[in-house]
Amino acid sequence: MTGDDMTDDPGGLFRCEGISKAFGDTRVLTDVSFSVGRGEVVALVGENGAGKSTLMNICFGMPSIIETGGYSGQLYLDGQPVRFGSPKEALEAGIGMVHQEFSLIPGFTGTENILLNREPVNRSLLESVFGGRINALDRPRMEERAGTALSKLGVTLDQQTHVSQMPVGNKQFLEIAREIDRSRTRLLVLDEPTAVLAESEASILLEAIRKLAADGLGIIFISHRLREVMELCHKVVVLRDGHKVAEMPTRETSVRQIAAFMVHRDKEEAEEQRVAKDFSAAPTALSVRHLWVDMPGERVDDVNLEIRENEIFGLAGLAGQGKLGIPAGIMGLKPAGGEVDFYGQKLPLNDPRACLAAGLAFVSEDRRGVGLLLAESIQMNIGFTAMQLQKQFLKNYFLFATVDEAALEKNALKYIDELAIKCSGPLQKAGHLSGGNQQKVCLAKAFTLAPRLMFVSEPTRGIDVGAKALVLNALRRYNQELGTTVVVTSSELEELRSVCHRIAVINEGRVAGILPASAPLEHFGLLMSGEEVEPEASAPCGEAVPAEVGA
Amino acid sequence: MGGHKLETFLLNSIIPIIFLGLSAGAIYLSGYSAAYVVQEVFTRLGRNLFLVLALIIPIMAGMGLNFGMVLGAMAGQIALIMVVDWAVIGLPGLLLASIMSVPLAIVFGILAGMVLNRAKGSEMVTSFILGFFAKGVYDLTVLFGMGSIIPVDNPELVLSRGFGIRNAVSLIDTRGALDQMIMLNIEMFGQPIQIPLGTYLVIALFGLLIVWFRRTKLGQDMRAVSQSMPVAQAAGINVDRTRLLAIVISTVLGAFGQLIYLQNMGTLSTYNSHDQAAMYAIAALLVGGASVTRATLVNAVVGVLLFHILFFSAPMAGKAMLGKAEIGEYFRVFIAYGVIAAALVLHAWRRRRSESIALKAAAQNLAARQAGESA
Ligand SMILES: Nc1ncnc2c1ncn2[C@@H]1O[C@H](COP(=O)(O)OP(=O)(O)OP(=O)(O)O)[C@@H](O)[C@H]1O
Ligand SMILES: [Mg+2]
Repeated sequence: MTGDDMTDDPGGLFRCEGISKAFGDTRVLTDVSFSVGRGEVVALVGENGAGKSTLMNICFGMPSIIETGGYSGQLYLDGQPVRFGSPKEALEAGIGMVHQEFSLIPGFTGTENILLNREPVNRSLLESVFGGRINALDRPRMEERAGTALSKLGVTLDQQTHVSQMPVGNKQFLEIAREIDRSRTRLLVLDEPTAVLAESEASILLEAIRKLAADGLGIIFISHRLREVMELCHKVVVLRDGHKVAEMPTRETSVRQIAAFMVHRDKEEAEEQRVAKDFSAAPTALSVRHLWVDMPGERVDDVNLEIRENEIFGLAGLAGQGKLGIPAGIMGLKPAGGEVDFYGQKLPLNDPRACLAAGLAFVSEDRRGVGLLLAESIQMNIGFTAMQLQKQFLKNYFLFATVDEAALEKNALKYIDELAIKCSGPLQKAGHLSGGNQQKVCLAKAFTLAPRLMFVSEPTRGIDVGAKALVLNALRRYNQELGTTVVVTSSELEELRSVCHRIAVINEGRVAGILPASAPLEHFGLLMSGEEVEPEASAPCGEAVPAEVGA
Repeated sequence: MGGHKLETFLLNSIIPIIFLGLSAGAIYLSGYSAAYVVQEVFTRLGRNLFLVLALIIPIMAGMGLNFGMVLGAMAGQIALIMVVDWAVIGLPGLLLASIMSVPLAIVFGILAGMVLNRAKGSEMVTSFILGFFAKGVYDLTVLFGMGSIIPVDNPELVLSRGFGIRNAVSLIDTRGALDQMIMLNIEMFGQPIQIPLGTYLVIALFGLLIVWFRRTKLGQDMRAVSQSMPVAQAAGINVDRTRLLAIVISTVLGAFGQLIYLQNMGTLSTYNSHDQAAMYAIAALLVGGASVTRATLVNAVVGVLLFHILFFSAPMAGKAMLGKAEIGEYFRVFIAYGVIAAALVLHAWRRRRSESIALKAAAQNLAARQAGESA
């Protein structure tokens, strides 16, 4: 698959030459050159903060680049030198970009978003007096065009629902459909399009990208999932600290080699091994009975769980089956009903404040932008909630309290080191961090709270291969050192199996079964596809925790 | 799910429901006859509804309640003074005034829109202050400019000192020009009732215009801008221009609305008529269940009905209940401003809540409560 259908004219479509960029004193890109041909899919990989998004923002004329002093180097489109002063100019030249954060209008339908500002209209005479915007929208044609763009992608979704009601995966498809609908688009830049997708959705997307490339589009694809890169792309460009360290056809390389080019961490962290432990005698931390949650795309119908003190409990399942709805419902972020007890105390539902006060914390899977005060410093973001909730990082005087900046800084430095947050220092603004590093800040924020129970959804999404182990090890460490009970939701079963003690598989809004992490892979597969697993078969000898099937 | 929907419906219509009760109570206490009430309702609907509809488009564009609509009212009044001076009367006079008010209102609207574009996020406060500022300029123009720089010489208009317009301008010749165009005379409760169909027709036409406007590209752009300016901008929509257009349209319609209002009243109180134009229209719209971010035609109609029923029956109700008509009058003013204040507070509260992340708000409240407990 890879490389065979590459056109004979690589570099024919788009080329960067000697691109360098600094934000103030921080050099982010140094002399980067690469090219994309028609019909070619080029992967851009690198650690969190390597400069991938920045490079793409340059290619797209983003204001964030222009406002910070522009860049040096030259871009070529069709061999002609180009320089874009705004995204609009880039769009007109035929470059489409799907950003790491969503740019959709929440109260608009899918159709309206796909065709935003390119709506077909019924022309009328009024146009000559009042201009083109006085024409009425041609709703049927809008639906039709949106449908066409989506079917080019090979997805079916209800394009007439409001985006705010859509699961996160659909939003990603909408953004791509929007670029596809532009007839001019010749180069498509996708910044971590699969980071928010479950594997099944991701494979639909990869298929769609292949189709687009076959139609002659050039594609730049950013991803931390190297397997995807190997499967999809013709060529891979590796960035490290803003330098291009490798550019090679994927058929001549391997995941291992790419990873070696990317990573240069001095303290190479080996993943710690999960310790099998018996929690059946431990007190119940969280007891969930008949929980239902009204979360669009992740509905929960009737979930019953007993989570023991100090265990790491996993929630697995395919996308859309409801695993993401469980923490969102318990934490009061989505309408929910049923009964939840936390250490024997009844936990009021639909009341996030009460949950936080009771000592629960939540790191949501939807971390793009939300959850962080982008204009505030890293240390403030990490310490803020703990400061407000628990009076940490405050210096108390007789009548008033001031923020203890030194303590905040010390705390932030600890996490910057442990989670390898790439930044210029704890005072850097959170908004100036790369996507992956913002996610690490979210995690650090929850760790700082030292909650009794912590929900973490998709902890390693958007985190580079090297840092995944860091994040998972941190979870293990807080679980052991502070005795925090952890509930991890993830679509990567391997990840769950490496970190959890027990894993519940969620299917169709219910618990299909609970297995010890050491249970054979097939058993998880069976539960996920709605089959049953014999209880005795799933409890291997030596493992003290029996499986509770159909709880 | 069904229960959920009913609940949100009730929650959204809580204000109209409360006012329904208040209005019914006031009518009952006032002791007005059914025929009188019906006549008043028909009259006031024609008089005020257009002004209320002029508010809808800025709300669509996410600019909130346009207190700056007084600028439109002023444009209408200036045009009307000129037309009275030229002694063009009746329907032609009203038409001429409408036409003349358009360029004035467009200029005022552009100026207001430019100011509001520099005050994104605090449009309402800004437009409120802008209204005060405009009032100063208007007073200056009419009191000193007219009859001196701007030629006005009708002695019935000009103050005896030779320039400046009198406090009250009689519109006796233009009175009811639109209302009387098609006046439907019917009998209800044994009394003759007059329904100003001509005015209703104009209002209905305009209502259709709004429905149609929502479907235009410009309407769509306004909705996009109201939801997310950065996303709209990124999609290539000219955000500032779109917002400016919303204000210009609102100002022009405000001018028309004020003309309709004045032809019904029959007198122009030169320095006061515009004062309440925006205030009462905004109060009425809110009473109809609109919010700072959402307003429909139904909100407008229901609001005008409920607000004005309360408005005209409150003084009598006050008299019947406490022996003093002033009580009722104070009450209605209190209601008008109270409703506006409540809507603004609610809006600020909602926005704060959605803007700051749920966690942050929760944390702050909790900290405040703990501080309260420990104190
Ligand atoms: N506006 C800014 N001001 C200062 N520094 C910035 C700004 N934007 C980005 N940076 C820095 O530039 C570096 C590169 O960031 P970039 O977003 O390009 O990384 P990335 O490769 O996309 O990473 P990720 O995989 O996490 O998305 C980061 O170290 C970041 O802190
Ligand atoms: Mg990035």
